[in-house]
Amino acid sequence: MSEALLYFIQQLINGLTIGSAYALIAIGYTMVYGIIGMINFAHGEIYMIGAYTALIAITGLATLGVTWLPLVLLVALVCAMIVSSSMGWAVERVAYRPVRGRHRLIPLISAIGMSIFLQNYVHLAQGSRNIGFPSLIEGSFRFGSPENFQVSLSFIQITIFITTLICMTALSVFISRSRTGRACRAVSQDLGMASLLGIDTNRIISATFVIGAALAAVAGLLLGMYYGSIDPLFGFIAGLKAFTAAVLGGIGSIPGAMLGGLILGVAESMTSGYLSGEYKDVISFSLLILILLFKPTGLLGKPEVEKI
Amino acid sequence: MLVVDNIHTHYGKIEALHGVSVEVNKGEIVSLIGANGAGKTTLLMSVCGNPQASSGRILLEGRDITTAPTAEIMRSGIAIVPEGRRVFPGLTVEENLHMGGFFNTKSEIQKSLEHVYELFPRLKEREHQRAGTMSGGEQQMLAIGRALMSRPRMIILDEPSLGLAPIIIAQIFEIIGQLRDEGITVFLVEQNAHQALSLADRGYVLETGRIRLHDTGKNLLANPEIREAYLGG
Repeated sequence: MSEALLYFIQQLINGLTIGSAYALIAIGYTMVYGIIGMINFAHGEIYMIGAYTALIAITGLATLGVTWLPLVLLVALVCAMIVSSSMGWAVERVAYRPVRGRHRLIPLISAIGMSIFLQNYVHLAQGSRNIGFPSLIEGSFRFGSPENFQVSLSFIQITIFITTLICMTALSVFISRSRTGRACRAVSQDLGMASLLGIDTNRIISATFVIGAALAAVAGLLLGMYYGSIDPLFGFIAGLKAFTAAVLGGIGSIPGAMLGGLILGVAESMTSGYLSGEYKDVISFSLLILILLFKPTGLLGKPEVEKI
Repeated sequence: MLVVDNIHTHYGKIEALHGVSVEVNKGEIVSLIGANGAGKTTLLMSVCGNPQASSGRILLEGRDITTAPTAEIMRSGIAIVPEGRRVFPGLTVEENLHMGGFFNTKSEIQKSLEHVYELFPRLKEREHQRAGTMSGGEQQMLAIGRALMSRPRMIILDEPSLGLAPIIIAQIFEIIGQLRDEGITVFLVEQNAHQALSLADRGYVLETGRIRLHDTGKNLLANPEIREAYLGG
């Protein structure tokens, strides 16, 4: 294989890795938007808190002398998911439910306020500096001759792909097959009608926040290990990127969020690989502007069609 | 079965119902007729608790539901076929029906499904089709089927004939009669006054937020005032 091709493959692998994580976070934006039509701008912070919780769990286990990797990962994952889910649930109760049904700007402002609050809370509680995140999963497969460019596929990347795949499959099955999943879809199509069928729509709304937050926590642990360090602003850019991914794929559409995440990840890594790392945010947000200008419903979103 | 006692309902500061009283007895078909904007839908929705009546009382089987939350009211033996059908467009026919029987056990759902498919064989044929792709008449059948899934003792229908072809309307009214024969109490709102009153045991005429008249369906049909205003002379 030519060197150029190998280089391209490397960028593709990197892009898909980061894109899978974006997709996991984007699910939270898209599900909440699909159900109550608001952008939960505190979602990036939920993801950041997931990463911090995972780190605290890992550190705690290390102090206790627990080093068996699968156990460490599992405990960190479960802790992160529980804490983030509770946060997601609480944020909805405290900041969104009281203002639901008001003018669209009010929940939006409330969300931005919640985001600032959570960021600063973590600043105070954990300090504002970067904290190293143990990578835990080391090593990689290498392809290509040692003298020339080598494609490296690290074990952490493989972990990210597989975990994302499992989460997405589980989510799809849940949404399409389970009773609650069906109710989620019904509520997102006609909330008022669902309550006329006796369904407690508040519980369904809470459920979407909890699910979105749990997936963000998974991404928090994975990307924490991948990047190797976290800080209280960790969720800010990632949150914006995932939001972009959700809009790119079509906000409200779950497959759209998955596709949008992957496209965005690949676009970013190609930019870093062929232009310069400094341009990758420019590319992401240019994509956001372009999609809003030319296809506001996103790649897989559909315009509302009502039959009277 | 249902007693609406002197309710007032507001949308913000605007009062839409000015002291409305309606009674629906067990096993009856009661029709509510009235012009556009008279408050028919508001009355039905007040029964469902959305919006809630700001004064007066609503009793369902003797229980005061005036201030109960919508979801709770709709779980106590009452079901609605709302104006404009409001089927879930992205869900299949079968999924829509499942949503109607959300709180029932699997075996109850199975039984209700069979019953609904018996009433509307058309829905069985379309079982796996998305509701949003069906015709208006089929969607209306689905909306009625969905309401029946919870095995209600009382069903509220808001303009079930709106925008449908005469042949479908006839079919829908036939089904409504059939529901009464099964022992379900029916509260029907219609602009199609002739058919609604012919079928009804009793009828109410709502005019700008007040009940103008109530009588048996037959008497209302014969009433010259009603003939003039609602039945085209």
